[in-house]
Amino acid sequence: MIASPARRALVVACAVLALVVAVFVSILVGPAGLTPRGVLLDMADQLPYVRVESGLTPRQQAILWKIRMPRIVLGALVGAMLALAGAAYQGVFRNPLADPYLLGVSSGAGLGATLAIVFGAAAGFAGVPVAAFVGGLLAVGATYTLGRTVGGVRSEVVVILAGVAVAAFANAAQTFFMQLHDDTLRQVYSWMLGRLATDGWTEVLVVLPYVVATAAVIVAHRRTLDVMAVGDVEAASLGIDPARVRLLLVCVATLGTAAVVAAGGLIGFVGIVVPHAVRLLVGHGHRLLLPLSLIAGAAFLVVADVAARTLMAPAELPIGVVTAAVGAPFFLLVLRRSRGVS
Amino acid sequence: MTAVVCERVSAERGGVEVLHDIDLVVAAGAWVSLVGPNGSGKTTLLHAVAGLISARGGIRVAGVEPGRASRRAVARAVALMPQRPVVPEGVTVRELVRLGRTPHIPRFGSETLRDREIVDGVLARLELEDFAARPATELSGGELQRVVLARALAQQPRVLLLDEPTSALDIGHQQQVLELVDAMRREGELTVIAAMHDLTSAAQYGDRLVLLDRGRIAADGPQAEVLTVRRIAEVYGARVEVLDRRDGRAVLPLRGGRGSAADSSGAISVEHDGAGNPGADGTESR
Repeated sequence: MIASPARRALVVACAVLALVVAVFVSILVGPAGLTPRGVLLDMADQLPYVRVESGLTPRQQAILWKIRMPRIVLGALVGAMLALAGAAYQGVFRNPLADPYLLGVSSGAGLGATLAIVFGAAAGFAGVPVAAFVGGLLAVGATYTLGRTVGGVRSEVVVILAGVAVAAFANAAQTFFMQLHDDTLRQVYSWMLGRLATDGWTEVLVVLPYVVATAAVIVAHRRTLDVMAVGDVEAASLGIDPARVRLLLVCVATLGTAAVVAAGGLIGFVGIVVPHAVRLLVGHGHRLLLPLSLIAGAAFLVVADVAARTLMAPAELPIGVVTAAVGAPFFLLVLRRSRGVS
Repeated sequence: MTAVVCERVSAERGGVEVLHDIDLVVAAGAWVSLVGPNGSGKTTLLHAVAGLISARGGIRVAGVEPGRASRRAVARAVALMPQRPVVPEGVTVRELVRLGRTPHIPRFGSETLRDREIVDGVLARLELEDFAARPATELSGGELQRVVLARALAQQPRVLLLDEPTSALDIGHQQQVLELVDAMRREGELTVIAAMHDLTSAAQYGDRLVLLDRGRIAADGPQAEVLTVRRIAEVYGARVEVLDRRDGRAVLPLRGGRGSAADSSGAISVEHDGAGNPGADGTESR
């Protein structure tokens, strides 16, 4: 589908609006009795040089600023990063099925993070993304090497099969280390299913620089990713070094994925649902696909978090369960479509 | 001035050496037709000149060494029109042609008015304006070849490499595309190296023909020296007749099955080397 400039602007505006609405709904949903008026006034009060009385009690203010907002911002960061990483992997591998979860990156990062939690508690939370990055990079390296070696006619599906195998292996190793240290079992298990539990703004502050830096690098390559779509030989004849671009963007996308996996656990299918939905609306050009995936990914995960908190209230559903319930059928649709293309 | 220099160039494909010691010097503004049977190394030689595969020996293209210079510098000097272009999904003809500007746009910059004008100019030149907004996946083979040629021309290269540029085109579009490239060559100091299967077109447009056989240059020179009945029989294993016409030598395949030795020597004797047969030329060339 080819978008006209007016339509592009409309889609971007809609995505931003959707994100704002999603964030606002997510703030209001829950037992604290926050009112839209109170929240808006209290937000205005936070701005410099503005003093208004919001009418929120100190307890409500604490829930708003110490519990709800950090969780929503973390969710938005995780969703944005996973969607953008998915779009980047799909671009550099020229594989519509590529996704951080399906390439094994998330599981590898999960294994790295588990090892850091189990053995390196002293390092604190800041060390977890680094361990997750090493794990994620090893996993995507293994997936890509396996996929290429086995390769053949349907190599894009083979790469995903290799990713599933790598993910299964990483998950098994992770379970093994969890059982070995069952004092942390419950903590690691709930994290593994994907959840957005926060301790104030700590996680947000750790994840934010990774997301900002990696998103900047990926979005800066929007033109290059368009060129990569014509294949390595033609991309090279157009002045791109495909191998170098692929290495750089895989490393960067994996770093961002690792950071958000360390904070949010294994949340699957965001990287496949969001970019494909965006492509249906605005076409395949990365100039629009990348920023829109970023915004839509954030909105998608904020909404998924609302569902996770409300479907079984007062109990909470792991957010990874929500995204998988939406994403797995969607993945099958993409698989069906890609069969016709290749 | 020389545009392309190859000195003892050898190259491998999948661990097997498929080009051996190629020496080739092409003058700026020339059209060299690269001919030879399937698998003789035409595509590999073009890819080596474009720096898309690593090759041993020395290669210089418009003052750039493809093995050493940056990919962007190489892509400004030489453009390749591939034999089987990849068609990405969800991309319009204009977007595909615009990719040709890649080596001219700063890595993280955006295209300028001039880039857009060049793309528009190329689209107009190849009569692709009506297609510009169409998805590339919906094009016919012939339309796609013109689009990919447009992309190569948008690169504004000094040297244009064509790999079977007309294999998907009907005879009318073949002439249109080849005439257009030739016109651009005459105007703009463009140097053309074209791998071609159709020996008659190769002779009509090339000032010079280079015949490759199993990765070596079997013949290099003007058409009358390269396209002889005997050499075509040796290299291609084909039985042909050659006719000298006003705009070049025409190569016609002969049917005659597995006739006697006398039969095939009869075919060879049809060759009109130099002098030609005035009767045949007079009645058929116009």
